[in-house]
Amino acid sequence: MTMQTQALRRTGVEAGSRRALLIGGGLLLALAAPFLLYPVFLMKVLCFALFACAFNLLIGFAGLLSFGHAAFFGGAAYVTAHVVKEWGWAPEFGLLAATVVAAGLGLVFGLIAIRRQGIYFAMITLALSQMVFFLALQLPFTHGEDGIQGVPRGTLFGLFDLGQPLTMYYTVLAIFVAGFALIWRTVHSPFGQVLKAIRENEPRAVSLGYRTDRYKLVAFVLSASLAGLAGGTKALVFQLASLTDVTWQMSGEVVLMTLLGGMGTLFGPVVGAGLVVTLESYLASTSLPVPVVIGCIFVVCVLVFRRGIVGELLARLPGKGNR
Amino acid sequence: MGDQPDAASARKVSSTDIILEARGLTKEFKGFVAVKEVNLQVRRGTIHALIGPNGAGKSTVFNLLTKFLTPTRGQILYKGRDITRTKPADIACKGLVRSFQISAVFPHLSVLENVRVALQRPLGTSFHFWKSESSLHDLHHRAQELIEAVNLTPWANHTAAELPYGRKRALEIATTLALDPEVMLLDEPLAGMGHEDIEGTADLIKRVAADRTVLMVEHNLSVVAHLSDTITVLRRGEILAEGPYQVVSKNPQVMEAYMGTGGTGHA
Repeated sequence: MTMQTQALRRTGVEAGSRRALLIGGGLLLALAAPFLLYPVFLMKVLCFALFACAFNLLIGFAGLLSFGHAAFFGGAAYVTAHVVKEWGWAPEFGLLAATVVAAGLGLVFGLIAIRRQGIYFAMITLALSQMVFFLALQLPFTHGEDGIQGVPRGTLFGLFDLGQPLTMYYTVLAIFVAGFALIWRTVHSPFGQVLKAIRENEPRAVSLGYRTDRYKLVAFVLSASLAGLAGGTKALVFQLASLTDVTWQMSGEVVLMTLLGGMGTLFGPVVGAGLVVTLESYLASTSLPVPVVIGCIFVVCVLVFRRGIVGELLARLPGKGNR
Repeated sequence: MGDQPDAASARKVSSTDIILEARGLTKEFKGFVAVKEVNLQVRRGTIHALIGPNGAGKSTVFNLLTKFLTPTRGQILYKGRDITRTKPADIACKGLVRSFQISAVFPHLSVLENVRVALQRPLGTSFHFWKSESSLHDLHHRAQELIEAVNLTPWANHTAAELPYGRKRALEIATTLALDPEVMLLDEPLAGMGHEDIEGTADLIKRVAADRTVLMVEHNLSVVAHLSDTITVLRRGEILAEGPYQVVSKNPQVMEAYMGTGGTGHA
């Protein structure tokens, strides 16, 4: 038994050092990136990566397919844009407001949808997010088709001028890292263990005495909050909150990013988001129709590696310790 | 295994004590009566088997008792308390834990994690998403003990999906035992097993039943012959006969019921 534990520990250490190497490398790359690439593009990638990671927490670790996450992402973007532009709030409070509102919205969605499973759950979240879309279209403060434009980035904590592209970039990076760390911790926590058990076999989790609805609700609210944080950040980056971010297509896009990258893996959604955003901005300057190309890539991905890019890599790696 | 006779005599002493009881339990599905006026008394410390041919309503009774279904009429009492309206997750906290017909493991968790998930609930940190997983490492010792008890130690770090069928059932029992239940409800624990696995698992059930109550659903009469103290035979949603194997197996109605489905309780 002790040998077993030692072996377990050793693979744990190996996976741990590999993971540390991966994260360290990634961070260095992220720190150097704005000197090599266009910062706004990178910030867009980071916002969507956080959004996809938040979505993945739900589908990958709780087994819940939400088809209404645009409501949290886009809704929160409006909140940040409004409180920062109209009420003159500091950016940190703008982001806080976005997260809180998204959490509240998530609680409402969750309470209504969580009792249903599979396709019914997806449809209820879709219906609710469509309601949010129509609110965004009709309410006066959102300015309908125009959206909220010219949102000032302001000064973070009264110290950092977010008008500077580099300052903005490192702020977004810090937000992403914090959000990602929270998801990481959630997945590797006592709560995450129960969540995985529910994903794997819900009736069995119930029979072990877990009230699964409550765990799913907490996961849903967490996911919605982080999606909101991503949306609020995006509003600051682009100085804009518009209808695009609350449409059902946005809900679909985050599903696509997560599946492409590998759902249920921690890095998958980051890779997926990077891929989709890169393709979109690259293809925008060509005459190729973006949805068709991304659709084709998606079909190929699903046919060739169903676990997604990162999922497939992990499955082929010896010792699947770093999930 | 050495303390088996002691356990058996202990069982006799407390045999008047009813731990789980169903009164007039009835379940209707849109006009079809699946279970009709079932009165069942499970005595503390016994192994009680619920058997019957296909469609007899055993699984429905089982799901009613474990609260996965709500009865149309009737009452369920656990230790004298009415649990008819209690939620399925809550009866587990009271010491009433069920297994499933299809082996119920968490396939992508390791064997150790499977058992640990059951152990971690009493810690009260199961909603703590900000806490490290290493806060659960204190449970590993107890988890290893349980895994050892069902002879799965060499498999501890494998994912449950990799286990052969019989081992999955063993893991399921270890997970159930982790909750230290007073009553274990086993849904066809021997179904789909080869002969070698049946013996091992039957032994295991006997062993774990030494200091608790077991209610199990089975298809075959002879499988439970040596295992159970009391056998209740169901047919078309009603109780046909009840008693120890020697009595039940000689009941002409029981023999007929089994003839009717084409098998005299062969194993």
